[in-house]
Amino acid sequence: MAWGAGKTMSFREEHELHKRRLGRNIGLALVLVGFIAIVFGLTVVKVTRGDYEPENARIQN
Amino acid sequence: MSDASVNSQADFNEASFGDYFALLKPRVMSLVVFTALVGLLAAPVDVHPFIAFASILFIAVGGGASGALNMWWDADIDAVMKRTQGRPIPAGKVTRDEAFAIGITLSAFACIMLALAANVFAGLLLAFTIFFYVVIYTMWLKRWTPQNIVIGGAAGAFPPMIGWAVATGGVSIESVLMFTLTFMWTPPHFWALCLFMKSDYKDAGVPMLHVTHGRRVTRNHILVYTILLAIVAIGMAFTGVGGPIYLATALLLNGLFLIGAISIWRRDEATAEADSYKREKSFFGLSLLYLFLHFGAILVEATLARYGMGGW
Repeated sequence: MAWGAGKTMSFREEHELHKRRLGRNIGLALVLVGFIAIVFGLTVVKVTRGDYEPENARIQN
Repeated sequence: MSDASVNSQADFNEASFGDYFALLKPRVMSLVVFTALVGLLAAPVDVHPFIAFASILFIAVGGGASGALNMWWDADIDAVMKRTQGRPIPAGKVTRDEAFAIGITLSAFACIMLALAANVFAGLLLAFTIFFYVVIYTMWLKRWTPQNIVIGGAAGAFPPMIGWAVATGGVSIESVLMFTLTFMWTPPHFWALCLFMKSDYKDAGVPMLHVTHGRRVTRNHILVYTILLAIVAIGMAFTGVGGPIYLATALLLNGLFLIGAISIWRRDEATAEADSYKREKSFFGLSLLYLFLHFGAILVEATLARYGMGGW
């Protein structure tokens, strides 16, 4: 259908490109959330194991 | 050309998340993950499961980053070879600059995170592996010598050593033997692929052995390396990572691999072409199973050893 024949151009129209960008943004968000979870998990493991306790504190315990 | 046509071209070529992930060579990454995991679990030191998981993940990211840097440097070759034409850069999905930025960033990220999660030695070994694959193999050896795959194969052999280093913080004879197994396996595996990929490497100007010295010499080399590989693989059965299960696996697989190599050695090009390189293709398929089952047997021995079984 030609432009001007009762149809106006819309910038809200969903395009395959928008889906691809959305997928990319969701993918990146999941990677970042995963990274935060891993750093948090590593911190919990290392702190509870006493990896960061000073040497003299470890002897006293 | 109007602005509209430029934009529509850009729209079609804009990368998806999967295109960026493809830069990391996921299939190679799966081999890296498996061999590194075996190296980690075969080591005589227990690692906290979460630290083990995070370490393997960072090793995988490091392996993937080196794959992205390889695609950045080899974009011209990849565009010529049929096998690699669909990769994100030659397909026009990702630019070379993007691949370089992703490769460098993820390399630094993976090495630093591995050093923090496990130990500094493991992080440095991962950095050396990336350096070896990108600089020594991709930039230097690949376009210079037909021995490219022999020396460059070392890069793919480091992951079990890194896994071992995560657990122990160092190197030992067992981890060097696991390295040697993959190192000796790479040439016959790749040369079998070269034989049935025909002119791909020649068209790209990569001096693979069959391009510079001919297919007869390549068939001879496959046999010699398979014999040397069998000695290493069976010999490993009598070390700390071996045992009866590993020995049985190694004897069976090396027997089959030797039969395959002899069969390739006895054939000439006319015979191979007549059946569309059937033997070469089955040898290549067996080579994938070969490495997976050898490391699988090491893993079984290590798991049994934790329950007082396994080993000699």
